[in-house]
Amino acid sequence: MRASVHRASRRRLDVIDTSPETPDALLADLRATLGPDRARAEPLELALYSRDAGVARGSAAAVCFPRNGYDVAQAVRVAAQHDRPFVVRGSGTGLAGGATPLDDPLVIVTTQMNRVLGVDAEQRVAWVEPGVLNLDLSREVAHLGLHYAPDPSSQAACTIGGNVGTNAGGPHCLSSGVTSTHVLAVECVLGDGSVAQLGGLEPDIPGYDLRGCFVGSEGTMGIATRVAVRLTPNAPVVRTLLLDFLSIEDAAATVSGIIAAGIVPAALEMMDAEITRAVEDFVGAGYPRDAAAVLLVELDGLPDGVTHQVREVERVGKDHGARRVRVAADDTERALLWKGRKSAFGAIARIAPDYYLHDAVVPRTKLVDVLRQVYAIAAEQQLTMMNVFHAGDGNLHPLIVFDAREAGIWERVERAGDEILAACVAAGGVLSGEHGIGIEKRDAMPLIFSPDDLDAQARLRDAFDPSGRANPQKVLPRGSRCGELPRVPEGTWI
Amino acid sequence: MAALLPDHSDLREAVVAAPSVSAVGGRTHWEVGGPPPAGAVEVTAPSGVVTFDPDDLTVTVDAGTPCAELAAVLAEHGQECALDPRDPAATVGGVLATGLSGHRRLRCGPLRDRVLEVRFVTADGRLVKGGGPTVKNVSGFDLPRLLVGSLGTLGVIARTTLRCQPLPAASVWCTTELDPFAVRAAVLRPACIRFDGTTTHVLLEGETADVAAELATIDGRECAMPPWPDSPHRGRISVPPAELRTLLERLRTAPVEWAAEMGVGTVHVAAANPDALLGARDVAEEVGGWLLREQGAPGIDGFGIPLPNAALMRRIAEAFDPTGKCSPGRLPLTAESIHVV
Repeated sequence: MRASVHRASRRRLDVIDTSPETPDALLADLRATLGPDRARAEPLELALYSRDAGVARGSAAAVCFPRNGYDVAQAVRVAAQHDRPFVVRGSGTGLAGGATPLDDPLVIVTTQMNRVLGVDAEQRVAWVEPGVLNLDLSREVAHLGLHYAPDPSSQAACTIGGNVGTNAGGPHCLSSGVTSTHVLAVECVLGDGSVAQLGGLEPDIPGYDLRGCFVGSEGTMGIATRVAVRLTPNAPVVRTLLLDFLSIEDAAATVSGIIAAGIVPAALEMMDAEITRAVEDFVGAGYPRDAAAVLLVELDGLPDGVTHQVREVERVGKDHGARRVRVAADDTERALLWKGRKSAFGAIARIAPDYYLHDAVVPRTKLVDVLRQVYAIAAEQQLTMMNVFHAGDGNLHPLIVFDAREAGIWERVERAGDEILAACVAAGGVLSGEHGIGIEKRDAMPLIFSPDDLDAQARLRDAFDPSGRANPQKVLPRGSRCGELPRVPEGTWI
Repeated sequence: MAALLPDHSDLREAVVAAPSVSAVGGRTHWEVGGPPPAGAVEVTAPSGVVTFDPDDLTVTVDAGTPCAELAAVLAEHGQECALDPRDPAATVGGVLATGLSGHRRLRCGPLRDRVLEVRFVTADGRLVKGGGPTVKNVSGFDLPRLLVGSLGTLGVIARTTLRCQPLPAASVWCTTELDPFAVRAAVLRPACIRFDGTTTHVLLEGETADVAAELATIDGRECAMPPWPDSPHRGRISVPPAELRTLLERLRTAPVEWAAEMGVGTVHVAAANPDALLGARDVAEEVGGWLLREQGAPGIDGFGIPLPNAALMRRIAEAFDPTGKCSPGRLPLTAESIHVV
């Protein structure tokens, strides 16, 4: 999702006004090291980089724009010389505040490191710089019959480096796996400015899977400067189906039925009545305006197998009360069906100016139960709630739409968010499926992790970055380390 | 929720009481990495499937469960975990600790991608959970992947939640006359392309009609699953797949039996004597790969090359196990600890 659409934070932006003194010595050293045009600390820039697409705002000491891995290492070293932490940032589309600068750090922006360094079509591997946009990579290798599989909704704007940081997902991760599955190796700059390659193109590496630790570490273990990603061959046949239902329960039962039939679709998305209507009014994709829920199912593979699976999905859907199963006749109709799904966040802008998007995962079998609770929570707080989500992997995205100008609304939005998270956790779920923890959910971590669990994660993080300079105060709440006194962090909120 | 979980107190007490511990599973991968630590107390994780809800495509299992037992439970509901140890007596915990992916990696992905949650006992007897039970999760740092392949050096794996998948409707091994390097481009999602220098075997899995169609595409002749190299001294080479052509050409003249997983970069090697295995290791290292000693070959060390980023790995090991109590010597974490058996 684009940062410009996510406006829930407006009120907060007005409230917290942080414009720190420019640390001249840091800026001067950065300019001397990276080049005069590579580092900035003007108030406008500092404001721009004070937050990502999430709601938390921090403040940066300076911002720099390295051109390559060497520049990144230099920037990290300069920050260390000035005893400053550093925060890496791609396009800033993250929703959990992972790139929000805390403790007045140096913000290192990787968007100008945006070259595809090499593509090996035979081995289906590409080396890219972290600033390459997700969708640009797929476009670049399309002529080879390949694509990069993870497809977060923000794929036109988000960077591969950011995807690595958050272990990003997307609709098509159901069968193909999230980012970590598609990252073979990462060249990175660690907290002390040293350069390491984690993972490799060979299938196994002696010792620990450092690559696996790094992916999803939200910038707390270092900065990716080159990434080797796996490319996926395009399937010869792709079929997209739209099923519509008179109840959410029927739609959810169909999801389970499809899995029980031994089919793991390429994508399996659900939209509830409210969002379906909103989307239809917005793009006119032919979604049924009177449906209680629709399922968007994508099947890909070889011709005969896909034909068989399409028939099976139709059968399972009809068995569970699907009113209509529409199979896209051609690529144009397929694209239209997907346009509906992918325009969801544009569509809601017509309903209310602000929204807050949640992200949590529950076991697939608990979907109906948790959805019922989610609706009840919204009703109780008198909030408009819509649901568009990755049903196949139980990844809920309850979306609260509101007008931030309404008095007292933000408190209700926050309360609803807390209750939704608690309901998901009570159902055996987890805090985040693809957005990450960042600052937004940091203090909710004890809901699913014991002090010993958090201590272990803190040990891993500290082993990677003994200096603690890499993106401080993220992911782990204060008090995670044994013997560390819990205290309320200053100048931040969640 | 937490109250329902057994606290693995027996295992925790055993770990705390011992001066050093070595986790034992089915002993099928016992020689992988360094030698079993001398004087270490052997500890065993409990066994049994804890929860399996087929609709969730996940299973929670105690680490001491034999893979064959897990496979049987899943198969009753048309599912599998694709752990694929060569010896089905291997336990789930043992497979995770050694981190060795099975022969269907080309289709099913590496072992690490199937591990959702891990509970392990640390050196000081704490039960630590990493990851989460859902198929998708980015809550916190990825301890499950850290544990996979850690050879017991960070703690004793007690329980895990794994991602399952539907059993393929059809699964067929065949031979083909196609160039082994061309097979991958000819079929969509092969499970395994195995080349041993003379014969190319392909494992096709998926919808019945698709398997039949791809069998025809590569002009395959159905056959039984081919045996993997099985001389007394065994190892596996790991090399960037792009280097396989060079590697296999050089292995042709080596006195070893081998079978390569094309497209993956794993080459299973077996030799009648340790020197021959060492020779294969030299060849692997010449082309930018390495050879893991899996079995036999006394006199050569587990990995042959220093651990990459050894200082960082050492910091991680010390963070979890400051006194070096857990499976000491299994990983060459210090230069001094590169072992010769």
